[in-house]
Amino acid sequence: MVYENPDGVKIGLEIHVQLNKLNTKLFCGCSTDYHNAEPNTHVCPVCLGLPGSLPVLNKRAVEFAMKVGLALNCNIVEQTQFHRKNYYYPDLPKGFQTTQYDYPIASRGKVVIDGEDGERIIRITRAHMEEDPGKLLHMGSIEKSKGTLINYNRSGMALIEIVTEPDMRSPKEARRFLDKLRSILEYLDVFNGDLEGAMRVDANISVMGGDRVEVKNISSHKGVEKAALYEIMRQKNFVRRGGKVVLETRHFDEQRGVTLSMRSKEEEHDYRYFPEPDLVPMRVADRVPEVIKTLPELPDAKRERFTSQYGMADMHAKALTSDIKVANFYEHVALKVDPGAAAVWIADVLKGELNYRDISVDAFKVEDMAEIIELVTGNKITERSGVEIIRTILDNGGTPAAVVKEKGLIKVEDDIVTKAVTEALAENPEALQDYLGGKEKSLNFLVGQVMKKTAGRSDARTTREMLLERISELPPK
Amino acid sequence: MITKEEVEHVGWLARIEIHESEAQDYAEKLNAVLDYFGQLDEVDTENVPPTYHVADIVNVFREDVVRPSMPQEEVLANTGKKQEGNFLAPRIM
Repeated sequence: MVYENPDGVKIGLEIHVQLNKLNTKLFCGCSTDYHNAEPNTHVCPVCLGLPGSLPVLNKRAVEFAMKVGLALNCNIVEQTQFHRKNYYYPDLPKGFQTTQYDYPIASRGKVVIDGEDGERIIRITRAHMEEDPGKLLHMGSIEKSKGTLINYNRSGMALIEIVTEPDMRSPKEARRFLDKLRSILEYLDVFNGDLEGAMRVDANISVMGGDRVEVKNISSHKGVEKAALYEIMRQKNFVRRGGKVVLETRHFDEQRGVTLSMRSKEEEHDYRYFPEPDLVPMRVADRVPEVIKTLPELPDAKRERFTSQYGMADMHAKALTSDIKVANFYEHVALKVDPGAAAVWIADVLKGELNYRDISVDAFKVEDMAEIIELVTGNKITERSGVEIIRTILDNGGTPAAVVKEKGLIKVEDDIVTKAVTEALAENPEALQDYLGGKEKSLNFLVGQVMKKTAGRSDARTTREMLLERISELPPK
Repeated sequence: MITKEEVEHVGWLARIEIHESEAQDYAEKLNAVLDYFGQLDEVDTENVPPTYHVADIVNVFREDVVRPSMPQEEVLANTGKKQEGNFLAPRIM
């Protein structure tokens, strides 16, 4: 099936990713660990832009940027330097942002996603390094605000801005791209997507060959999908009423799920880029082979290996490899128990329960997962009990053994059921006669009697089968 | 040639108030500076690689090691208005 893209939707993304696994900021030694800190406590003359301060580039930030570029199948530039992008806004204490301009560190890459109709290649235009601005907090609503609070703790954090070609044809594809990007970045161990403000997205959206509209500063993957859905609907309606979409910048109101025109006088920016004289050029292309050696196995490769090494379905391999933590969790469990059963239990059950609660796999122990799988495959507990143990541990803590004991989940031994069947038949001769006489309902009564004797720990289906088997063996009267 | 309007535009970008009377004056002075630098256009730069930096050095890096930041009081010492550890700016649209 080929996706027709009936509205001619084109979406391109600009993604700002914080390299927040670095210890320090891009150009100074201030710590990146500011998320629970008091405002303006993780700053110094460099990231405050005080006169006379001198930025010095973080070596590891360059390595991280190269890793990202290579993982996105980009070319790494021969020589590059930083530029000053001038604009006047209080989130930039210097009056300019230090960024890369005509020679981004990485360019012309691609990422493969699961598109509307199978695999789809999303081309990467470029990925460049830059510094994050500070954070502004408007007091009260934007219209009635009394003032703006400025916290520069974020100022100078290393960012990589990734720009794609307009290769996504639906909000779903945009979201899939972002999910894949996050997955790759976390595999590279350069990025923690759980931290506030770690990834911010601008989406360029057009329909039916019209001009593109840029929706700025969306903070979640779901938000991008929602903003794109709204924007496509808005543009379509506008065109249907005879309007013509023109180039503009809009803001996404996450709470209301709408985009609003920014009508800023600065829409036609005049950034007056020029080379940053305080930083010297860098020549890093010769380090590419060395950095390639440090690249981990990436999601696509891992997915392929999981299907071949563990013989699991591609659907399971995909589910297990999208998050590096889940992939590692799986491999640890697979060392202890049957890898096939582990794939099913983690991909189909545990992941669902984690998603439902919106928590990370860190919340569950490898040993506990292995123990539960052993209990089920060893026929000690039912599958349903296995799910119940997972839910109980996630909600209330505890160990599988403790939950089994507390809830009495151990399946009763067959001989106990056998004994209960014998007793039930002996104690209820009328019911047996009724059943033999053609009253189907009497069998249900007998099943109930057996289950009562085993306190519900034998399951109905097995009990029924055992009863029927026993009845067929009875000597004819 | 820099026009009076361009001076006003750049003034606005930098949030500097420039009176009409001043704009004309600035435009003339800036044009004089540009004319002076215009002499560089006479130099033949065929086959000369562009200069991105005056110092002929590359790859100056710093290790990713945390250094102490400034105390909050010191950070805010020179600001006119502050609130709860933040700089306080006028309302921004």
